[in-house]
Amino acid sequence: MLAIVGTVPDQKFPLTTGEVSMEDDEICIQGKRAHVNRGTSALLAAAIKTGEVLGQLEVFGYLVGDIGLGDGSRKLYEYLTKDLGRSEFSAITFHYLQPDVDWHNRVLFAIKEMTKQPILIADAGFMYAAKMSGQAAAYDLFTPDAGELAFLADETAPHPFYTRGFLLQDEKRVPDLIKRAYAHKNASRILLVKGEKDHLADQDGIKATIDSPACEAMEAMGGTGDTLTGIVAGLIESGMEISKAAIVAAKANRLAGYYARPTPATQVIEIIRQIPGALEEILQEKVTGKATTK
Amino acid sequence: MSFFEFLKPKKEKKLPESDQDRGILVFEHTSEVIRAESVLKASGWKIRVMGPPPEIQSGCDLVIEFPLIEELNILRTLRKAGISPKKIVPVSSPLLRPVDLFQIKDFGQYLMVRAANMKLTVEKKTLNIVNISGGGCPDVPYLAQEMVGKSLSEAPSPREIGHTLCGYALQLAYEEMTRRCSP
Repeated sequence: MLAIVGTVPDQKFPLTTGEVSMEDDEICIQGKRAHVNRGTSALLAAAIKTGEVLGQLEVFGYLVGDIGLGDGSRKLYEYLTKDLGRSEFSAITFHYLQPDVDWHNRVLFAIKEMTKQPILIADAGFMYAAKMSGQAAAYDLFTPDAGELAFLADETAPHPFYTRGFLLQDEKRVPDLIKRAYAHKNASRILLVKGEKDHLADQDGIKATIDSPACEAMEAMGGTGDTLTGIVAGLIESGMEISKAAIVAAKANRLAGYYARPTPATQVIEIIRQIPGALEEILQEKVTGKATTK
Repeated sequence: MSFFEFLKPKKEKKLPESDQDRGILVFEHTSEVIRAESVLKASGWKIRVMGPPPEIQSGCDLVIEFPLIEELNILRTLRKAGISPKKIVPVSSPLLRPVDLFQIKDFGQYLMVRAANMKLTVEKKTLNIVNISGGGCPDVPYLAQEMVGKSLSEAPSPREIGHTLCGYALQLAYEEMTRRCSP
């Protein structure tokens, strides 16, 4: 089973765990609902839609309300340290959580207690914590954007605040940043760098670049990076090899965006609705875009 | 603690227009820039947060442009607040000119302002915020939830409800969008 760990931007949303489903524009977990347009809910919805194409895919959620203050995140970290060791997930995706190195390390210890080690995926705040802790190499996949990659690449930066390039993202620097992140062991086994072009990389450098189809309006849309991480998590859970899953996910996310015919006002739910059709097309190799694989 | 609680601008003192009259304050990290901006604006200085010029190799992603003639007064103000810039550089050549943090994209019906890593888009006709994107900080989903669907004048500012560097960048975008959309 795939576990997805993250937050909902609602302080009143209690710590909730359980199987997640999708009804209309909301994700449902233990009778509670959250709109899919924001944060981890978008990632969950994308993983669920991926599962619709792949057949049976159960998605287990660990969710808590947090508006960026970290109170909910800390409750969830504590719960994870008690719960993960006895769980049996094949893959775990960590997402919007307040970065906290101490809690991160405790969570990683809990994972080490699991009978079978799951594939570990991290994005957003939890990915920052993984790098800050010096434990990035324990992860199988990170999905940073160019600014987040600059933070991973800066071996001296304890926090994104100290990193040149976190705010002023420069996609031209991506190849060098990837090398530097691996040189200092601050990258996961595989990297999927999201941006105008998506790059798949490992310690030997960039393996594939996916840049089409490209919709200009998607630049304005919030949540398109979350959907990409959700799709790749779903594909990995289905048993697909990580690098292949990353390429398929990048193509499918772009194609879903293309089929949504977005304007700058389009919400990410419109892309999520297109994921099954786009993914089916990519899996049948009828994609209109291309991947340049080295 | 919010980064924004010090940001209460008072009356602004004029910044000379010529490049030669400007300098930039370089800081070790962005939280110092945000504090310095707050302190200087609260003291009435007209300063601008910008990106560092390519020639400046050290420091973080943000610098503060200030009127060079007021260097001593500005440093005194910062010292009183316990803030020390890493370096002070006069803008003596085009290569030392700080970089504008803003990129503007006109989609016809919509206008997008990008400030550093955060993008804010409004519908021109209604001034409604239609999308917020960028950033992986933990408050980004909350900022989007509270602001999208509201008009620029009704939406809470990121300064009021944000907590992170992404929230700060979104505040810059929000201020620039408000400036551009003002009658």
